[in-house]
Amino acid sequence: MLTEISQIFPAEDNILGWLLQIVWIVFLVVFMFYGQRIQMWLMLKEVEGSLLRLRFMRDEGRKAAISIIKEMGKPEQDPTTRVDQFLEYVTLAPQDMDPSGIVWKLEHLLDVRDVRFKDEVKIMAPQADETQMNNLENTLEAALALNIIYKVIRHFYLLGKKTLSLYIVMQLQMVLPLVMREAEAFASALRAFTFGQPIGDGAGALVAAKLMYGHEKRKIPKDIVMAKVPIEGRTAYILKAEGPGGNVGKPGEAIKQIIEENGGKIATIIAVDAAQKLEGEKPGEVAEGVGVAIGGPGVEQFKVEETVLKYKIPVNAVVIKEDIGEAVSPMRKEIFDAVDAAIERIKRLILERTKEGDFVIIAGVGNTIGIGQ
Amino acid sequence: MSETAPPVRKISSLFLAVIVVTLGLSIVALYQAIESYRNYQDFGAVLNFMMMGVFGLALSTYMLFQTRRRMLKLTVELQRVATTILCQKCGFKTIRDFQRGDYIFREAEACPKCNEKMLIASIYREVKEKEKTKEED
Repeated sequence: MLTEISQIFPAEDNILGWLLQIVWIVFLVVFMFYGQRIQMWLMLKEVEGSLLRLRFMRDEGRKAAISIIKEMGKPEQDPTTRVDQFLEYVTLAPQDMDPSGIVWKLEHLLDVRDVRFKDEVKIMAPQADETQMNNLENTLEAALALNIIYKVIRHFYLLGKKTLSLYIVMQLQMVLPLVMREAEAFASALRAFTFGQPIGDGAGALVAAKLMYGHEKRKIPKDIVMAKVPIEGRTAYILKAEGPGGNVGKPGEAIKQIIEENGGKIATIIAVDAAQKLEGEKPGEVAEGVGVAIGGPGVEQFKVEETVLKYKIPVNAVVIKEDIGEAVSPMRKEIFDAVDAAIERIKRLILERTKEGDFVIIAGVGNTIGIGQ
Repeated sequence: MSETAPPVRKISSLFLAVIVVTLGLSIVALYQAIESYRNYQDFGAVLNFMMMGVFGLALSTYMLFQTRRRMLKLTVELQRVATTILCQKCGFKTIRDFQRGDYIFREAEACPKCNEKMLIASIYREVKEKEKTKEED
């Protein structure tokens, strides 16, 4: 055994040879006793690198928000302090110990938040028009998201460093690639929002915009435009959020209103939205299904589900696949091209699932930034 | 957002020292391997020194490249977004870079062929083949 071990080390008789042998032994001993520490140090270094990138993105977001507010809003005072305060904004989720009625509590909170954000933007950028105001709000929200991500990761990094807990650091390191993806997505969203470019999430809104283009429109609360369009011998109520400013509106509320106006005589509802694609799927793939395709916190989806249940209306979904990065960054060509494929699917669905003379609702769901009607 | 923000990451001096020491030791090990072969024809020693040298060299080069990679990543890439303007009457199409204020279905300048008002028909970013594979992998 000893002979075998001794063969690992070179039997040199000069100083350099001995030095290297000692280094080799020290290397083995250090790894034997401090292996876990070294592993944690390496993990912390990796997290530190990502944290630096997150800080860079957060700072860029803040700078972008301040400069666009100065440019569009022409405020009399420097908006920096106000922006910094905005970036620390928190929304507390409603208490769910008694979940009954929580949807309406959440809706109320989201409404208050929305009004508060709009008021803040008005104060920061008094000269901005409505479209610019919506875009500024979206820009600030993206900067806010980047700030929160940075602070949460920094919290766990410092906690891991303080407690020297391998498990805290390990969990952080494992989840980091997904967090970084989300942060990168928000960083590219910032540019789209500041310039008012259409984003991938607007695919549903673009479908509705193409269907309603050239027809008379009316506004429905909240921030929704609706057009009555004849399609394949049926009457379709097409709706989308009012563009071209960054806006998602309340599609659930609008669908509910149209159903009530028609006394529940709606043959089918088709909701078109961008949906999370799985890895390996191509961006812009179109898929069909049943259910209410309205993303977000779930309030709007809940409203539609309640109403369709009351009148027993079938609900269909057409989704355009994309990942989180594509959803918030400028719209890719593949997604833009998928819009025509989605329209074809909708027409086929209408022909197959409804009769001539029926009324249908087609809702284009998503952020309508950069998309008119 | 700035396209080429200066890298703000500082390389730790300790990290640099570790890289330099590893690199130095690896070179010494490789030299020892050559010496062992020349003077003693001891193939066991040559193999061990070579192993140490190559391992150390690979480790230090990897660490050096890692630092460089992290520094390069501290920028936010700008994506080219194109606006397509289409004449509804004669089908004349023109593609240009996105300009602030553009939105889909916005009326644009008059058509140079038929003088009819043109329309912004699409705004999208085209992902290059290389980026596409990177994004879709």
